[in-house]
Amino acid sequence: MSTPDGGTRPAPTDSGPRPSTPTTPTPKKDDPAMAQRIDVKDLNIYYGDFLAVEGVTMTIEPRSVTAFIGPSGCGKSTFLRTLNRMHEVIPGASVHGSVEMEGVDLYGADIDPVAVRRQIGMVFQRPNPFPTMSIEENVLAGVRLLNKKISKSDAADLVEASLASANLWNEVKDRLQKPGAGLSGGQQQRLCIARAIAVKPQVLLMDEPCSALDPISTLAIEDLITELKKDYTIVIVTHNMQQAARVSDRTGFFNIAGTGSPGKLIEMDDTGTMFSTPKEKATEDYISGRFG
Amino acid sequence: MTTTAADTRAPSPAPSNGPDRPRPPRRRTRAADRGFNRAFRYLATSAGTLILIALAAVAGFLLWQSWPALTSSGSEIASKVSFFQGQSSLASYLGPLIFGTLLAAAVALAVATPLAIGIALFTSHYAPRRLASLLGWVIDLLAAIPSVVYGLWGALVLAPTIQPVWQWVSNVLGWIPLFKGPAADPARVLLTVSLVLAVMILPIITAVSREVFLQTPKLHEEAALALGATRWEMIRTAVLPFGRSGVVSAAMLGLGRALGETMAVVMILSPGLTYSFALLLAGKQQTIAANIALKYPEANSLGMSTLMATGLALFVITMVVNMASRWVVGRRKEFSGAN
Ligand SMILES: Nc1ncnc2c1ncn2[C@@H]1O[C@H](COP(=O)(O)OP(=O)(O)OP(=O)(O)O)[C@@H](O)[C@H]1O
Ligand SMILES: [Mg+2]
Repeated sequence: MSTPDGGTRPAPTDSGPRPSTPTTPTPKKDDPAMAQRIDVKDLNIYYGDFLAVEGVTMTIEPRSVTAFIGPSGCGKSTFLRTLNRMHEVIPGASVHGSVEMEGVDLYGADIDPVAVRRQIGMVFQRPNPFPTMSIEENVLAGVRLLNKKISKSDAADLVEASLASANLWNEVKDRLQKPGAGLSGGQQQRLCIARAIAVKPQVLLMDEPCSALDPISTLAIEDLITELKKDYTIVIVTHNMQQAARVSDRTGFFNIAGTGSPGKLIEMDDTGTMFSTPKEKATEDYISGRFG
Repeated sequence: MTTTAADTRAPSPAPSNGPDRPRPPRRRTRAADRGFNRAFRYLATSAGTLILIALAAVAGFLLWQSWPALTSSGSEIASKVSFFQGQSSLASYLGPLIFGTLLAAAVALAVATPLAIGIALFTSHYAPRRLASLLGWVIDLLAAIPSVVYGLWGALVLAPTIQPVWQWVSNVLGWIPLFKGPAADPARVLLTVSLVLAVMILPIITAVSREVFLQTPKLHEEAALALGATRWEMIRTAVLPFGRSGVVSAAMLGLGRALGETMAVVMILSPGLTYSFALLLAGKQQTIAANIALKYPEANSLGMSTLMATGLALFVITMVVNMASRWVVGRRKEFSGAN
């Protein structure tokens, strides 16, 4: 499959066995000069032959919160999933263009998607705790995958810290051994957030993390986001304008011309500017609720 | 069912938009619904009951037929039944048969289950779609081969050709009682039988496991992948735990078939009535089903009854095995992901 912009790439369908020396876009976390900046250039995203998102070019600043807004079906989730190479796990899905993290092309031939996903964590639109694991095991699932030897007390501390950050600790501290699937929907989502931050990713992608939460938990998550942005790069998709305005530093507006046509990034700017004086009429209409 | 009961009650406090609102059409659909509901309930209940009745009938028949043997003394049976081989009581005749049956089936299961899980995972998560369906088709074909053919193949082809392998196994692992040598030639031994049984139960275990693995929610697979799991790690964290109970059920289906398999065992195994774990020696074990098939033609009435008693034992074993597997599956139900 080839695209007008010339960026062709076969759909990498697999995250097979990791190479013994994984090539990672390794940025050192303690080094402030190496904060995680993501540059996206001319990204076209396909589901088979269907062009879902077209021509996205943007920069995601390190140590900041970037919010994506836009009507349902315009490709926000799709775009978000290309940032940690989760898009390609869908059969037939492919990506054309480039996504660079600190100058390293995440879609480069020598980059292992597994390594990318270990650095760029993700919270999904629908809560997906592992049903066969207890609450505690769920939080530790990512850490266990990294094969880190972790002592019992460290593990307990990590579980408590992660759950506390996700504003879930008080509700579950007495039943950490109970199945994660036995929680309410909102609790499950917070569990997923705890699971994602337990591995301390460089970048955290959140797809409508608060859509199933009550206002109190939502505020807690927003506080968490503000807290996390000191160290991480955060990208959040939200349908809640106030939330975008409250937590994000920059906002990108996606839109779609009609069913079947691809979603596009209409405008991206500082959140203040986007919500007060957007350049595009479509952005203004959407933000002020005049969108169809 | 509780809702149906509640629905039949007189209309409870009127809806907010007026008690006198006419609503005959709605009533009619609800009445019809109730009719179907009831019909379906009867259908389901009677189907379930029918199975129980059939089971009870089989058990009753076996018990009734084996009653003479169960109530006769060992010496009486020994004097009248030619194949009793000098056993002192029914229990001492039955014991080695039960042992042989369980051993053959257990070894077959131990060989077939890992293989089946591997094939199922390969077809559900690794193989390209066309190869996967080709492989699935070949495996299904294995299920269509009659057991007599397996028996013939096992006796005429496998037993002679695999003998050197068994000999080698007994040379290397002979210190384990299971593989005590020297391996019989031709290899009409329990390991050969179990191997054939394994091939026979492979299709059912593979097919069921594959379906279960395919049903792993995409959401959970993606959760693992997004945490940075490789494909194998994703299978370990999301697919296998999700499929665990399904795989146990599949293995139990296979075990049921292995326990009851008759022709293949009759044609391959050189039988014997001992409690021997030696899988490579001839004339050591025999299974219940094969024993019935072999002795049935020459049995007089008490002999028949003795064979029925062994059949009853097989029936009980199968039930116990099934119940045990239910228990294993149900033990961690709240973690099963079935909600
Ligand atoms: N697995 C898939 N296969 C094919 N098409 C898909 C798939 N997932 C999404 N799409 C299509 O891609 C387009 C973008 O979907 P996406 O889920 O990214 O929208 P979204 O902006 O996240 O919407 P929402 O706000 O409702 O979550 C839609 O037209 C959708 O139908
Ligand atoms: Mg979405």
